[in-house]
Amino acid sequence: MIETGEILQTMRMIQEENFDIRTITMGINLLDCADPDAECCGQRVYDKICRLAARLVPVGEEIERELGIPIVNKRISVTPVSMICQGDPRPIARWLDRAALEMGVNFLGGYSALMQKGATAADERLLSSIPEVLAETERLCSSVNVASTRAGINMDAVRRMGEIVRETAELTCERDGLGCAKLVVFANAVEDNPFMAGAFCGAGEPECAVNVGVSGPGVVKTALEAVRGAPFDVVAETVKRTAFKITRVGQLVAREAAQRLSVRFGIVDLSLAPTPARGDSVAHILTEMGVEMAGAPGTTAALALLNDAVKKGGVMASNHVGGLSGAFIPVSEDIGMIEAAQAGALTLEKLEAMTCVCSVGLDMIAIPGDTSAATIAGIIADEAAIGVVNNKTTAVRIIPAIGKKAGDTVEFGGLLGHAPVIPVNQFKCDDFIARGGRIPAPLHALRN
Amino acid sequence: MTKALISVTGLDATGIIACVATKLSEMNINILDITQTILDGYFTMMMVVDLDGAQRPFAEIDEAFDPIRAQLRMTIHLQRMDIFDAMHRI
Repeated sequence: MIETGEILQTMRMIQEENFDIRTITMGINLLDCADPDAECCGQRVYDKICRLAARLVPVGEEIERELGIPIVNKRISVTPVSMICQGDPRPIARWLDRAALEMGVNFLGGYSALMQKGATAADERLLSSIPEVLAETERLCSSVNVASTRAGINMDAVRRMGEIVRETAELTCERDGLGCAKLVVFANAVEDNPFMAGAFCGAGEPECAVNVGVSGPGVVKTALEAVRGAPFDVVAETVKRTAFKITRVGQLVAREAAQRLSVRFGIVDLSLAPTPARGDSVAHILTEMGVEMAGAPGTTAALALLNDAVKKGGVMASNHVGGLSGAFIPVSEDIGMIEAAQAGALTLEKLEAMTCVCSVGLDMIAIPGDTSAATIAGIIADEAAIGVVNNKTTAVRIIPAIGKKAGDTVEFGGLLGHAPVIPVNQFKCDDFIARGGRIPAPLHALRN
Repeated sequence: MTKALISVTGLDATGIIACVATKLSEMNINILDITQTILDGYFTMMMVVDLDGAQRPFAEIDEAFDPIRAQLRMTIHLQRMDIFDAMHRI
C-alpha cells in the first residue's frame, strides 16, 4: 500500500512545484501523401492528420483528469515536408496549419528539411518559403538540419539559414520576430523529439507513434533545497532520484495515451523544460547549487551535473528513452535565465559554453536587430560545430529583434515568454561564411 | 480493480465523512482504506476506493462530487492510484 507521505509528496509536486507532463506529441508519417499537385498533397496531409489525431486532445484531457496531473500541450509532428513536396510547399503549409487548428493542438512541427550533406530541389524550395510561411501561419513550426556528426557541416545551408532567420524576423517584426521562435536550426536533429519548435517525425519512425516530454524543474529545485551545502555526490543522487520519479509518471502517461489512441508508444523524453512561471526554472536549479546567477563561473559544471543526473535517473524509469533528453536552457522561457540576462550575468558566449553540456543549444535568445545574416550564420556554424564534434544535438533558435538594440526587451507572451536583447560580438565573419561548401565530418564519425 | 484516491481538504465541519461516504455508496463505490486527521483546524482525509462497482466513466464519477464540493466548500480530488504506484513503487 502507498503511504500517506508518498501520496502527499506527489500531490505537492503537482500542486506547488509545477510538476507536469509538458507534451504528448503524436508523430505522423506523411510519406504516403506525396503528390505532384501541391493542393492535392495538402488535402491528403490534412485528411490523414485529422483521421489519426482526431482523439489526441480528448484522450490527453481524459488522462490529465484521471491521473490528476496537468498535460500542458498536445501536439503533432509530421514527416519533414520537403520529403513529400514535389512543387511549391506553401499550400501544404496552409493545410498543415488548418489541421493543427482543427485538431486543437497549439503547435504542429515538421515544416522541415534535412540537408546536413546537401540540399534537394525540394529542400531549396522549402527553405525559401520559410519566412513567408512562418509569418502567415499560426501554429506551424519549422526546423532545418544543417549538420551531423556523420556528414559534417553543410556551410551552404548554414549561410542560407542566416539569411532565412533574418528574413523571418523582418516579416514578423511587428510581433517582435515571433516567426523566429517557431524556427530551429539543428545539428544532429533527432527523429522522435516531442518538443517544439524542433519536432518532426523522422523517416525511420513508424506510421504513427506517441512521444511524451516530461518536465519539473521546480521539483528538482525543491529536492535540492533539502540538501543545501551538501557535497556534489549528494546533489547528483538527489537529482537522479527526483528525475526517476518524474519520468515514471511520463512513462505511465505515454503508455496510457498510446493504448487509448491505439498507436505505438515511441519514447519518453527525459527533459527538464522550464516555463516563464516562477518556480519552473532550470536556472534556479543552478543557483540552488550555489552559483549566484546563471552565467557565473561554475555554471557550466553545475549544468553538466544536472544534465547527466537527469538522464541517469530517468533512463531506469522508462523502457524507451529518446528525443532530446536533458536540461533545456531557453532564455525567454525561463525566469531565472531572463533575470540573469538582464543582470548581465549571462552572455552569448557563456550560453554557447553551456550548450556543450545541456540537451540542445542556443534557445530563445533575442539579439540586436542590426545583426547581419552572416553573423547569424557564424553563430549557427559555431553551435553546429559543438554538436558535430561532441556527437550531440545542438540547435539555434535566435530572434533578431528588428529595430531594437542590446538592453531592450522582446515580448512573445505565453510559454514563449519575454527576453532582454543581449549583445553579439561586433567583429565580422562575412568572408568565413562566404566560402560555402562543407566542413568535413570529424574523425570520430568513422566508427564502423 | 481500478483503484483511485479521493483526497478531501478544507475547514473542519460536521458530517464530512458521512457526506462523502454516502455519495460513494450511492454510486456503488467500495472504500478500501481511509486516513483522516485534523491539522490546525484543517480537515484532511485520504480514501482509497475501488471504482469498478460504479460502472461509469471516470469523469462522471468526478462530477458527481461537484454538489458536495459546493455544499461543504471542500477541495475534493479524485485521481487514479496508478500515478502514485508509478512514482513510488518499482
